[in-house]
Amino acid sequence: MAMAIRVCLLLLVFLSSAIVSFSLYEDQVGLMDWHQRYIGKVKHAVFHTQKTGRKRVIVSTEENVVASLDLRHGEIFWRHVLGTKDAIDGVDIALGKYVITLSSQGSMLRAWNLPDGQMVWETSLHSAQSSKSLLSVPINLKADKDYPILVFGGGYLHAVSAIDGEVLWKKDFTAEGFEVQRVLQPPESSVIYVLGFLHSSEAVVYQIDSKTGEVVAQKSMVFPGGFSGEISSVSSDKVVVLDSTRSILVTIGFLDGDISFHKTPISDLVEDSGNAEILSPLLSDMLAVKVSKRTMFVRVGGEGKLEVVDSLSDETAMSDSLPVADDQVAFASVHHEGSKIHLMVKLVDDLDTVLLRESIQMDQHRGRVHKVFINNYIKTDRSNGFRALIVMEDHSLLLLQQGAIVWSREEGLASVTDVTTAELPVEKDGVSVAKVEHTLVDWLKGHVLKLKGSLLLASPEDVAAIQEMRMQSSGRSKLTRDHNGFRKLFIALTRAGKLFALHTGDGRIVWSMLLNSPSKSEACERPSGISLYQWQVPHHHAMDENPSVLVVGRCGSDSSAPGVLSLVDVYTGKEISSSDIGHSVVQVMPLPFTDSTEQRLHLIADTEGHVHLYPKTSEALSIFQREFQNVYWYTVEGDDGIIRGHAMKSSCAGETADEYCFTTRELWTVVFPSESEKIISTLTRKPNEVVHTQAKVSTDQDVLYKYVSRNLLFVATVSPKGAGEIGSVTPEESALVVYLIDTITGRILHRLSHQGCQGPVHAVFSENWVVYHYFNLRAHKYEVTVVEIYDQSRAENKNVWKLVLGKHNLTAPISSYSRPEMFTKSQSYFFAQSVKTIAVTSTAKGITSKQLLIGTIGDQILALDKRFVDPRRTLNPSQAEKEEGIIPLTDSLPIIPQSYITHSLKVEGLRGIVTAPAKLESTTHVFAYGVDLFYTRLAPSKTYDSLTDDFSYALLLITIVALVAAIYITWVISEKRELSEKWR
Amino acid sequence: MDKGKAVMGTGRRWAVDFSDQSTVPSSRDILDPPGFSRASPEQDDSATSRQKKDAEANWKLQKAWEVAQSPFKNLMMMGFMMWMAGNTVHLFSIGITFSALWQPLSALQSVGKIFEPFKDNKVELLMPKLVFLALNLGGLALGIWKLNTLGLLPTHASDWVSSLPPPQEVEHSGGGFAFH
Repeated sequence: MAMAIRVCLLLLVFLSSAIVSFSLYEDQVGLMDWHQRYIGKVKHAVFHTQKTGRKRVIVSTEENVVASLDLRHGEIFWRHVLGTKDAIDGVDIALGKYVITLSSQGSMLRAWNLPDGQMVWETSLHSAQSSKSLLSVPINLKADKDYPILVFGGGYLHAVSAIDGEVLWKKDFTAEGFEVQRVLQPPESSVIYVLGFLHSSEAVVYQIDSKTGEVVAQKSMVFPGGFSGEISSVSSDKVVVLDSTRSILVTIGFLDGDISFHKTPISDLVEDSGNAEILSPLLSDMLAVKVSKRTMFVRVGGEGKLEVVDSLSDETAMSDSLPVADDQVAFASVHHEGSKIHLMVKLVDDLDTVLLRESIQMDQHRGRVHKVFINNYIKTDRSNGFRALIVMEDHSLLLLQQGAIVWSREEGLASVTDVTTAELPVEKDGVSVAKVEHTLVDWLKGHVLKLKGSLLLASPEDVAAIQEMRMQSSGRSKLTRDHNGFRKLFIALTRAGKLFALHTGDGRIVWSMLLNSPSKSEACERPSGISLYQWQVPHHHAMDENPSVLVVGRCGSDSSAPGVLSLVDVYTGKEISSSDIGHSVVQVMPLPFTDSTEQRLHLIADTEGHVHLYPKTSEALSIFQREFQNVYWYTVEGDDGIIRGHAMKSSCAGETADEYCFTTRELWTVVFPSESEKIISTLTRKPNEVVHTQAKVSTDQDVLYKYVSRNLLFVATVSPKGAGEIGSVTPEESALVVYLIDTITGRILHRLSHQGCQGPVHAVFSENWVVYHYFNLRAHKYEVTVVEIYDQSRAENKNVWKLVLGKHNLTAPISSYSRPEMFTKSQSYFFAQSVKTIAVTSTAKGITSKQLLIGTIGDQILALDKRFVDPRRTLNPSQAEKEEGIIPLTDSLPIIPQSYITHSLKVEGLRGIVTAPAKLESTTHVFAYGVDLFYTRLAPSKTYDSLTDDFSYALLLITIVALVAAIYITWVISEKRELSEKWR
Repeated sequence: MDKGKAVMGTGRRWAVDFSDQSTVPSSRDILDPPGFSRASPEQDDSATSRQKKDAEANWKLQKAWEVAQSPFKNLMMMGFMMWMAGNTVHLFSIGITFSALWQPLSALQSVGKIFEPFKDNKVELLMPKLVFLALNLGGLALGIWKLNTLGLLPTHASDWVSSLPPPQEVEHSGGGFAFH
């Protein structure tokens, strides 16, 4: 047996050493992988429908994406993902052909060509301090054949040429501490009015010549109450602002440079006064104010007099006003009623005139409407038609037109926060495979086509047919489990608190579910999803139960806010149960025990140092009490540089009557010196990782025993000075120290320090090794270090006879208290790329060799064999070592272009990579998420346990038939010859 | 003469008949030459048969020894082939090694059959058989040695622990950074 395994392994090693990179052919793209492009939750939208031709909408999103969408189908014409720190503050269209974006707190101004999205110019604006930023693209302003764009940010007001991005002039406001609130431009005037506040209590109006930037006039007036900062400009010479107590609306008129205040207490407008809030929509001569859960429309009269004209319920979303024909201005409002939403477009001047009233059936799981953008078009009967772009609570983007949803985009998937996998249902009886494969004739035809293709006999049409056949081959998108485990569901939790189930076959959404759908109780207004766990994975017994996932959420952003647990059935996407658990959620620990229905036990720790057991059943309690002494808990306090270990103490029956609550006692602490070390990264092994063997055999038949433990914590610390950006410190000042800490006893098993190195540290921990990536300041290069951990105390098990007879303790359960002796091997290499995230492939039995999946700065994923990060690599490996697949040591890790598993695609804004094993040992699922989603199947040692998809069964069949025929014919011939021989 | 005539009749000129087996001189036309005794070879029947059997037994023994020694040649050839195959595991070396193992085994199995033709009361087959066995065992040993040099024998500790799963852990822990 062992011999057979060795032979197999040796053959495997041969195979794998023969092929270093795993590339695919052009026609294999899209067979196993899919890629979905998203943009994120839309912040601003600008329609561009004036010209004939393609109608489009320019959007900027919370994922820092600026994109141009097709208004007809919702497809992306072009898209640019700006960096994570390059948040977009404003977007507009200038000159009718450029998309202008302002980002990075008003310090980056870019122009993109509207049709194709190419960057036309980019201007970096001087910025002295962080402040709110403002982008204003005046329509009629012209200065010497140039069209200035006015930008306020970082204390400066800039006028930038729309044509080439040159700064025409700039005005420094940093000295005064002046915050620009509005830039207003009276029509047919070259003077612009810049209104702002000085120290939130003084209103200042500058009149600036738009050609030169010179201040023509300046007026200021102190308002004794102070302003709260929220402002709504209602006309070209008036703005309305709230005072600091949020109870008085102040109308500021600055006609001809004279400032006048007009105060109106909220209580004059409505009876139930409370804290008011000015809503963002820009309406002419009117403003929207939210007071105690009602939205009021307040008209601003000629002398700054305010009057309430209408009021709406709280859950109404409004658009900015839009000029329609005949100098009229309209705006849209959307509100919910049951499962329907009502879209209304009204005239601002006359709220009783409803231009459009539509009601549309809306999916419950999209939540409330968050934003509305409207656009009008002229219908064939010369009347006004309206289309509305709405952003829902789940971040999805929909276009409504003529009472229907024209298209929708699931933009929630651009902000995936946690991912887990789930199985599909088992195939029911009666659905046979033959039905999927159509008929035998079709099957044969297909294979003959494939054969033609492999023999290079196929015509272009045939090639196309083959490609199409491959794409929809053998029910890859069926909703049942398959034999190889290739079909699975990826359950993704998004920032909006929505769960999506994605099919691995084609990436479609099987179901989606908003955790806080409007029907939920009032107790928890807005729970946010934190993380996702596999709650129930039935396999051996309890097969009739559906698997489910646990979503841990929290009512509010504060860490002491009460948590919410929600169980979701994976097959149906329905919420089984949802409960407010009445305590906060600090950490969730899935335990390695399941009850009789295969529900996994979970411990949830709260802020008071208590842990709570779930599920709350007596069976779970009895299981937990059996293992009570062996369950530990540790916390990492990053700010203080302390790691604490806790053990279970007793039931907290004394304080509460909850028998599922337990108190803990502190066992150990590891305190890092705060003046020299700051924790920047911690990592443990994935709890569900399967390790095939504990032994590692070296070339000379020697055995090393891996130190495989789930209770190991990898900690990386840097000097506090070096915690910032790369290059902000000198090599002498910065050091990177990594630790391996046993989380049961708090024992530091290994410590390794890298002088002159700096974070960020990206690490991956699997089996008995850690690979981490950091920056070496001395060499000015990124480095990757591998640390492998071996158990010294088991190394004595070398007597063959004892092993043959099984007289060893290698498989006996071990305790962390048995003081393991361990040693490590490590090696470092240069790596040419900056890294966003690292993951490792995982397979069902852990036999297949591993690959590191490195998410590079270019948003691609590089598959790097673990053999490249092997501490046994030497400069001149011996023949035997070479045979084993040890690669000669080089100072840097190779980046082979063919081993990008994302091939030509980019996973924009890459944030994480998740791997999950398929049933077939050779294969692993890889799911990468960021703004985009990408999925592929990988076989790190090639598919040694199955035939490839393009295996020609027809060729095999034909060969067999031909052989049988040949045998028969030769038999007949030989019979005949024998007979004639006998007759002679 | 009439015989000759008859022959003549069928077209033959002449013939000499060597198959005259008669032992009685009177029946022939020509006298035997002096000193020629017709009956000399078959004088003593029993004596001749014994002699014959002895010769056969000798011959059988000789053959048996030859068979017994035949694996030696095989052994030499195998040795050469193994040397040629080298010490790395690939198809050729594995094929050679397995044939080197298989041949002696099959030979050992059919020892009785191989020596059956030489079975005789008078022939002492034990020694050839033993030699045959010894040589084949030698061949087997060579095969096993080759197997070992290829590293395919489970003689190291590594061969017995390579599929041992990692031990279970008694304690379990979890935790990390607090959610924020």
